[in-house]
Amino acid sequence: MIKEERHVLVIFPHPDDEAFGVSGTISTYIEMGVPVTYACLTLGEMGRNLGNPPFANRETLPQIRKQELKNAAAAMGLTDLRMMGLRDKTIEFEDDEKMIKLVTDLIEDTNPSLIITFYPGLSVHPDHDATGRAVTNAVGRMMEADRPTIYTIAFANHTAEVIGAPDIIHNVEGAAQKKLNTLNAHASQTVWMMRDMEKRLADKDPEALKWLHEERFFTYRFK
Amino acid sequence: MEIVKPDRLQELLNSYANKDVYIHLETTNGSYAAHFNEGFFNAGAFIRNVVVKYELGKVAGESPHRVGLKLPSGWIYAQGITHYTVDEHDRLLMAGLDPDGKLAVALEISETPFTY
Repeated sequence: MIKEERHVLVIFPHPDDEAFGVSGTISTYIEMGVPVTYACLTLGEMGRNLGNPPFANRETLPQIRKQELKNAAAAMGLTDLRMMGLRDKTIEFEDDEKMIKLVTDLIEDTNPSLIITFYPGLSVHPDHDATGRAVTNAVGRMMEADRPTIYTIAFANHTAEVIGAPDIIHNVEGAAQKKLNTLNAHASQTVWMMRDMEKRLADKDPEALKWLHEERFFTYRFK
Repeated sequence: MEIVKPDRLQELLNSYANKDVYIHLETTNGSYAAHFNEGFFNAGAFIRNVVVKYELGKVAGESPHRVGLKLPSGWIYAQGITHYTVDEHDRLLMAGLDPDGKLAVALEISETPFTY
C-alpha cells in the first residue's frame, strides 16, 4: 500500500541513484496521478565504468549519462526532471548554505508532501551523504507543521545498528517492468549487473524477486 | 579511446610542450571501494583545469605506461596509462582502465579549458 501524496520531490546526486531502489516507487506514484519531480544534482561525470575496450572517455561520459537519465525518466513516466549542474564527487565541498538554498528553492517551487533522498551519514558515497545532509538541513529549518515527510535510502554496512530496519515498505510489483526499463536505461552503469540480475530473475531467485518487487525506506526523524 | 601506441603518444606529448595547457589529472579507486572491501584504504586525487606549461613530456615503460611532464619548477606524472585518444577539440585524453573497464587514472591535456 503506497500512501497518496500531494507532490513527491526526489533528490539524488547521480543519474542511476533513482533506478536501484526507488524507480518502482516513482513509477507507481506517477501511475497513481501523484506529481513527481526528480532533481538530479550531477551527471555522474566521475563514473568509472568506461568499458574495455572503452565505449566512452572522461569527457564524453557526462553526455552519455545525461541521455540515459532522460531515457530513465521516460521509462518511469516522469516529466519533471531537473538537472542541477553540479559536478560528481564535489557536493560535499560546495558551500553548505548554497546546498541548503538549492533544496529550499526546490521545496518552495514544488511544495512536496514527501521528499525522497539519501540518509545522511549512512549512504556510503560522499555525494549521497552530502545530498541527504542538505535536504535534512533545509527541511529542519522549516516550521515543524510545514515539513514534508522524508523517506531515505540507507545502505552503509552498519545501517541496522544505527537506525534499525526500514519502516516503509512499498510493494512495487505492478511497476516491475518499468523498474527494469529504468535500470536498463542506465546501461553505461548497469549492463553488467543487469546481465546477472536478469538471469537470477529468470531463475526465480527469491532475493532477486524481493529486490525487484519491494522498495524500502527509512523515515527521517528529526532529533 | 584506443590502446596506447607509445611512439604516437610521444609525438602528441611533444606537440603540447611549451604551450599554456589545461590539465585534468585524476586517480581513483571509486567511492565504494571501502564499502565492498571493509578496511580498504581509499585514496585518490583530482585536479581539473589547472594551467601549466611543461617543457618536456615523456611516455615511459611497457603498458600500463607512465607519463611524466616536467615543469619549469615541478612535475606532473601519472602511472597506469593504458588508453588514449585525441578528441574533436584536439584534447589529448589518456586513461588507465583496469581489465573490467573501470577508470583508475586519467591525465588529459588541452589548449582550451575543460568543461566545469
